[in-house]
Amino acid sequence: MIGNQAMTSPQSSSDRAAAAPLLEIKNLEVGFKTQRGFIPAVEGVSMRLEAGQTLAIVGESGSGKSTTAQAIIDLLPGAGKVTGGQILFEGRDLTTLAPKEMQAVRGNLIGYVPQDPMSNLNPVWNIGFQVEEAIRANGVAKGKAARARTIEVLQQAGLADAEVRLKQYPHQFSGGMRQRVLIGIGLSSRPKLLIADEPTSALDVTVQRKILDHIETLTRDYGTSVLFITHDLGLAVERADQLVVMYKGKVVESGRSVDILANPLHPYTQKLVAAAPNLASRRIQSARRPESTRKLDIASIGSVDDRMMAKADARDSGPSENLVTVDDITKIYRIRRGGFKTDELKAVDGVSFTMPRGTTTAIVGESGSGKSTVAKLMLQLETITSGSIRFDGQDVAKLKGADLLKFRRRVQPVFQDPYGSLDPVYSVGNTISEPLRAHGIGDKKSRSARVYELLEQVALPASTVNRYPNELSGGQRQRIAIARALALKPDVLVLDEAVSALDVLVQGQVLELLTDLQAELELTYLFITHDLAVVRLIADTVCVMQSGKIVERATTDEVFDNPREEYTRTLLEAIPGAHFEFGR
Amino acid sequence: MSNNLPETSQHFVADASATPVHVVDSLDETDKARSTWADAWDAMRTRPMFWIALSLIFVIVLVAVFPRLFTAEAPNSGCLLPNSNGGPEAGHPFGFTRQGCDVFARVIFGAQASLVVGLLATALVTAFGIVIGALAGYYGGFLDAVVSRVGDIFFAIPTVLGAIVLISVLPERTPVVIALVLAIFAWPQIARIMRGAVLSARSADYVTASTALGVSRFRILIRHVLPNAIAPVIVVATTSLGSFIVAEATLSFLGIGLPPNIMSWGNDIGQARTSVQTAPMVLFYPAAALSLTVLSFLMLGDVVRDALDPKARARR
Repeated sequence: MIGNQAMTSPQSSSDRAAAAPLLEIKNLEVGFKTQRGFIPAVEGVSMRLEAGQTLAIVGESGSGKSTTAQAIIDLLPGAGKVTGGQILFEGRDLTTLAPKEMQAVRGNLIGYVPQDPMSNLNPVWNIGFQVEEAIRANGVAKGKAARARTIEVLQQAGLADAEVRLKQYPHQFSGGMRQRVLIGIGLSSRPKLLIADEPTSALDVTVQRKILDHIETLTRDYGTSVLFITHDLGLAVERADQLVVMYKGKVVESGRSVDILANPLHPYTQKLVAAAPNLASRRIQSARRPESTRKLDIASIGSVDDRMMAKADARDSGPSENLVTVDDITKIYRIRRGGFKTDELKAVDGVSFTMPRGTTTAIVGESGSGKSTVAKLMLQLETITSGSIRFDGQDVAKLKGADLLKFRRRVQPVFQDPYGSLDPVYSVGNTISEPLRAHGIGDKKSRSARVYELLEQVALPASTVNRYPNELSGGQRQRIAIARALALKPDVLVLDEAVSALDVLVQGQVLELLTDLQAELELTYLFITHDLAVVRLIADTVCVMQSGKIVERATTDEVFDNPREEYTRTLLEAIPGAHFEFGR
Repeated sequence: MSNNLPETSQHFVADASATPVHVVDSLDETDKARSTWADAWDAMRTRPMFWIALSLIFVIVLVAVFPRLFTAEAPNSGCLLPNSNGGPEAGHPFGFTRQGCDVFARVIFGAQASLVVGLLATALVTAFGIVIGALAGYYGGFLDAVVSRVGDIFFAIPTVLGAIVLISVLPERTPVVIALVLAIFAWPQIARIMRGAVLSARSADYVTASTALGVSRFRILIRHVLPNAIAPVIVVATTSLGSFIVAEATLSFLGIGLPPNIMSWGNDIGQARTSVQTAPMVLFYPAAALSLTVLSFLMLGDVVRDALDPKARARR
């Protein structure tokens, strides 16, 4: 592959940094040894990062973006090996360095911020010790100076009372604070390059924004170059000068991030950009606008959405009775505090909303807002403390025995984690037919016919029946989970972060499937998510939740175009690349 | 970050034919279907240690079931005192015991008792431990508290010590009785492991999903929780088989296991102990047979663990 994409333009040849880039990767090849032989993960990747610039590598899972980053600092997992190409850092080829020399580069010259702040701090050592350890190991400072530098690093990380918090342990820090500490560690020796591997994907949007601002401020002050690894196009366009799009181990497009995302040229990048949900996307909801503006939207969107809108149109004409009425529900958890003391935690606090038949109601909120508890209450997996949920005229809290079973048939869940919600020892056929067996519906033959019908509805080949969850991708598993939920022909699907764990393209595909199914089967969705951008693609009404309460409830358009609450505005503002016009 | 930097790169686009875009999330229909158990079998099949352990166990079982296939000598009759502690000779490859009995024949006939005790005790412990552990872990609450505390009490008593006390009051000592006694003191280990595995499987999303689908609680336990929690129990059961055989030998060695008229390696080791300086080989052969048997079961347990351990599986 010809990969010399980052050539110096003649106009800027006076720029010395451009003549000798900080990092230059040439035809990098990385592979993994597995039981099935040697599998290439990165094939002939080239890229270039100038001093003081920010580069983002974007791609879906398995595209080789993280492997490339790990190869740079020689942290490939056991079976991985660089088999070709060069990684030139300040002119030195890192692939040929001895482990000892690499150690001097790692941390000292190249800092690293890992993805998951929860598991990357050692829970048995206090924060101060861990930061100081990094400072000593990199030879930044010794003795008292090291302690002083530790405090300085933590202060820069945004810990006002750093001296006091030195003695605290990771569990006393929130996810965002931990990530700040990790960034502090990564930058403690003022490296020339900081590699941030999905630094915020485990965090809430508002926290994400603060962390990204924090990285930006620090690296600008130090003149550090940053290499972002991300799946988020919005983040890339907002934070990175340069962009490299990877797909199946190869670079498919690279250049200035604004250029690429405004005008994607490679078919894959075009698909990716088209599927990326952001605030500018107007999909299903736009079908509800007056005729004239809608035509305009269709022209600017594309064929996929036409179908969706046609379906949404058909749906529009249906009756809008309220299938579910949630009235002032509260859920209090009792937390044991040692001895006989208990604390009360109000997870859900006076929440009310209605769900008209055939529509999608989204509940949006950050972690701890109580949105998942609402889903559990709706499914009757937890008992309501006070208030009521009426489903089709019945109070669901009072259902028992056969009535509860009937209710369960009509309200089905789809969970977030596609790796956890399917029993690994059950084949797909058994998984999908389980609800039929549990409710004693049909005989063996009719059940198997229904399984094939359901597989077709979720667009999976019939041969999937004999497979096991471990052979399927996340998106395929989620489609199986949807098929299982549909087996009993329910009225309501409760989708708890059902697409959050999926890659952008797969996510788009599942959302499209959900929209199709809604139109086809007149389903009512309760869509729980932290991702406002996704809400825009699928929801009719939105409830924004904050610490157990609904702070804003309105139609999707109202919430996005004209948010009334400060909190909603904060959430919207925090979405990376919210206002960038993606080329579609 | 900063858009005022000099533009240092041009827009590169890979050749679309060199990097074709595949159908999103398509299913590879060529691979054959793979269940967890099929995966585990594949992983075991490719390990030479698995086959070595399995063939050793096969031979040991064969010896235990059909001892006459291997020796024409009777282990007790035909003992001639002139042969006492005699060395190997034609037809008697391992020599003679102090009583002038054929060591080879005694080793062959000793396999049965060891294996019966080992297998039976393991079966009893596993069955009882699975039921108790699963119920305690799954239903929790009062049942769990009672079962866990009772288990703790038994756990605190060393198996062999408890067995010594219990056996000394029992009228009869057959392999079945010994197995029962060992099982009484050893079940809490399996029950604990089962309880822990059930606790983690119980909170899995697929269990919540099944609950919401309307599957009954007991059915979920049988159909979802147990199959997903059983792997660690299988692993511990395979390795504990060896330790039961050792426990039986220990009891017999101490003279409170199987009575002398039942052939057992433990008995033989106990008797050979007195003449270990003059005829060490008399002690060596039953001890070697015991070690080999235990080793083969431990090897099997090791392979099974590697195949069933989810962490090990993820690495492949």
